[in-house]
Amino acid sequence: MKPAGWGELGWAAVLVVLAAFLPLVANGYWLSIGVTAMMYIALSTSWVLFSGPTHYISLATGAFFGVGGYLVGSGMSDYSQSFWLMAAISPIVGAILAALIGFATLRLSGVYFVIFTLGLAEMIRNVVSWVQNNFLGSRGLYVLTDLRDQHIYWMLLVVAAAVYLLGWFVSRSRIGFALRIIGGDETVARHVGINTATAKVILFTSTGFFAALVGAIIAPRWSYIEPNQVFSPQLSFLVVIMALLGGSGRLWGPLVGVIPFTIIWEWVGIQFPNQSILFIGLCFLLIVYFLPQGVVGRLEELRARMRRAS
Amino acid sequence: MIRRNLMKLAAAGLLATSALIAGPASAQDVVKIGAIAPKTGPLAGGAVVTQWPNVQLWVEQVNARGGLNVGGKQMPIELIEYDDKTNPGEHIKLAQRLAEQDQVDFVVAPYGTGFNIATAPIYGRYGYPMIAVSAITDKMEELTERYPNLFFTLGTTTSFVDGVKEILIEKRDAGVIGNEVAMVNVADAFGIELADRARELLTEAGFELVYDRSYPLGTPDLSPVMKGAKDSGAKAFVAWSYPPDSFGLAEQAIIEDLDVAVYYSAVATSFPAFVGAYGNKIDAVLGAGGTNVDDPKIAEYRQAHLEITGKVPDYWASANTYAALQILEQAIEGAGTLDRDTVTQYIKDNSFDTVMGELTFENNVSHTFWSVGQWQDGVFRGVKGSNVEGAVPVRVKEGWAE
Amino acid sequence: MLDILVSGLLLSGTYALVAMGLNLQYGVARIMNLANGEVLVLGALAAFWLYTTAQVSPLLTVILVVPVSFIGNWLIYRFLLTPLVRRSKSQGALEVDSILATFGMSFIIIGVMVSIEGGFFAYKYLSEPISIIGSTTSLNRLVAFLIACAIGLALYLWLNLSRAGVAVRAVSVSTEASGLVGINVPRVSAFAFALGGAITAVGGALISTFITLDASIGVVFTLKALIIVIMGGVGDIRGAIVAAIILGMVETAVATLVDPGLTLAAAYLIFVLILLFRPQGIFGRRAT
Repeated sequence: MKPAGWGELGWAAVLVVLAAFLPLVANGYWLSIGVTAMMYIALSTSWVLFSGPTHYISLATGAFFGVGGYLVGSGMSDYSQSFWLMAAISPIVGAILAALIGFATLRLSGVYFVIFTLGLAEMIRNVVSWVQNNFLGSRGLYVLTDLRDQHIYWMLLVVAAAVYLLGWFVSRSRIGFALRIIGGDETVARHVGINTATAKVILFTSTGFFAALVGAIIAPRWSYIEPNQVFSPQLSFLVVIMALLGGSGRLWGPLVGVIPFTIIWEWVGIQFPNQSILFIGLCFLLIVYFLPQGVVGRLEELRARMRRAS
Repeated sequence: MIRRNLMKLAAAGLLATSALIAGPASAQDVVKIGAIAPKTGPLAGGAVVTQWPNVQLWVEQVNARGGLNVGGKQMPIELIEYDDKTNPGEHIKLAQRLAEQDQVDFVVAPYGTGFNIATAPIYGRYGYPMIAVSAITDKMEELTERYPNLFFTLGTTTSFVDGVKEILIEKRDAGVIGNEVAMVNVADAFGIELADRARELLTEAGFELVYDRSYPLGTPDLSPVMKGAKDSGAKAFVAWSYPPDSFGLAEQAIIEDLDVAVYYSAVATSFPAFVGAYGNKIDAVLGAGGTNVDDPKIAEYRQAHLEITGKVPDYWASANTYAALQILEQAIEGAGTLDRDTVTQYIKDNSFDTVMGELTFENNVSHTFWSVGQWQDGVFRGVKGSNVEGAVPVRVKEGWAE
Repeated sequence: MLDILVSGLLLSGTYALVAMGLNLQYGVARIMNLANGEVLVLGALAAFWLYTTAQVSPLLTVILVVPVSFIGNWLIYRFLLTPLVRRSKSQGALEVDSILATFGMSFIIIGVMVSIEGGFFAYKYLSEPISIIGSTTSLNRLVAFLIACAIGLALYLWLNLSRAGVAVRAVSVSTEASGLVGINVPRVSAFAFALGGAITAVGGALISTFITLDASIGVVFTLKALIIVIMGGVGDIRGAIVAAIILGMVETAVATLVDPGLTLAAAYLIFVLILLFRPQGIFGRRAT
């Protein structure tokens, strides 16, 4: 991932301000698409924070997201705590969990890292279900609040902006430099005296923090939490796919991945209600074959060609 | 060249966007009904048995007789359906679409407890009456107070546990089982909730849970569970299970020749596929739901279901799902308007003649439902229920032979 | 104790069926196939559909499935995946591309299956009790186990003794080096991918006789297969088999001795622990 400049930060600020007005102009349907998109933007950008520069593909997003949603559900239903308290606790738990995973995965690389995170996420899901079943018992995890889509949207926007800002600072800092070197060649990084372990763990922790926070914020929208749905492995895959689709080489890559993805997903679902899954699959293949470098790659190619033309 | 590419890209984007915006037809001569439920994902296997065929059946029947009579005007139904892929976020988004883009007049309530509760605030905001079927909870009072447009029709968690408890007490009094009960449950929302309630109610009734274990959703091999239940020596087996594992448990019970007088598994026991797979071996197996096939209305409904959808309905929530649609139909025609508030009020104030019999709502909850059924000679008959006619005596399970 | 051994071994057979195909596909053809579970369910659907509509024995379906799935997977590799292999400059780039492409394919397969049968593939075949050294189990599981053993053994012998098998192993060690010694790498990869797909579909047809599946359940098997392949070590068929045995035994032991609620958690815990101590899997080679 290349270091991001001041110009980019300016553009980002403009976009955030513009995005904040969406709930005032859009009706409920567009807003709900906005919420979905914003959720994925926050998740994918926080995923890119770590996986972009290091090239380590993590499939643990679903676990952190699940922890966030589940803690809110359990805290509100089983312990009558307020949403705000639980929404504050859950990212901390997510961060601690991520730090532990970060330490555990230091020796792993390549595909072993990918599947390790997946296995760990599945383990967490099963342990949580078991604990719920045997020790907490439950009459259902209800998250009944008065928060509406616009509130959730704004909260997610703040999270997404915070993730971006963090990423912006990181990309210009020593840690960012270290991570880029890890992505290039980890042995070299170690030889030139970079503490790769610390850099990796810190960034991984931050992705856990944000994913859990997003899970907590989304919980009131779902109203009813089922452990097996909130810990969905499919979410982990979708986040990775949207980030890759955009291009994980840039901090704004997920943004240009999530938006077309959401629109295509929505369009297919409406045009082919009975076969939407099939057509979404077809769209996927088309994207893979015709956008080999992701949306970012295509945009940069276009820009380069325009420069040459002028 | 580049500019042309960009133009093409923009044009494609515009086209896609405009397809999303497509507005409603202005002249109203049809009644638009929206339905969202899974066609793919973990809950799809249940929804394609219980939910979708009934929607299809009802729409075709109503349209075959010219449509709904709305204040003297015959209006056919236009059905708008979406696949939520068993994803709550997706479902909520599509519900917004039904309300704002498609501007449907009424909706069919979703499939699954979580989905009903997740959409209640949205449908409530737009004033849609929401007659939930496949939603079982003990929080009905709180939920209907919060969402006055939400109606429940399939019974509470407690009523399901109570049905099983009554049978266990009967059989204990008859001397065919003792105090020992083996209980298992799937470790997901519904299974956890039912098991939690059952633990309390069965212990109160003097039963001892000699085997009480959960198993995770997606367990590939249930044989250790069944062996454990068998070793406990209990003559009664109760499983708060989901569709795929209800099949798996029955399979293992047959293999292990589980020696019990009472065998109960929850969801999907009432599916035609259950008897299709295991034939007479599962005779006298108890499950959630039940129906009265001797009732002429039910018989007629089941016949029409088979003819129009080509599928045999299940012996539980299929009839309730259809009944909920009949209530909607009768409320629209009775109120004589498409005004949602009037129709909602009509549902609250009136009683309805459905395949489930006479249905009324008391604080938005209908107390007419079957809670326990039993396979008897190839038919899943209701044995315990509330305000329903035709319950048959519970048989004792005698072995797993063909 | 015997119960654990017998049930555990039989479950291992199931897991071996789930993972052997992916082991070939990932180990040799370098394709991280996320549609693996869907191919398995497709095999199950074939068995269910032929059995319920035409009373074809699932064991016969198993034989029918082999050529069909082999050709289907070969075509997929040849026409859909080869372009990705060609354009990728590194293993990392190919991984990213194959994740995206096979994820799309998994959706397409689900869509096709839903249009054939949206409900549960519920049927029973050979669900007769049978007693093995005093422990009761079902005939269908035993049959699946025996076929899994036969496939595993045949694969092992073929990979180690035949000329073609040695070529396949060579490609799994290094694509560049095999190319230099005159092995037709694209052909071997296509063959390995197709063979892997055929084994997976056979596994699905067998598994459907004792587990009730539906069109959307593939991802559960994909996850398990990925775990097993990685735990065993990429590209070594022994690894997949040993990992399958470990998982089967651990799950059954935990379900019997501790709590069935913890079976899957224990299985993943073992996976996590093994990778912590052997980051390259049980039989894996250290990355160079």
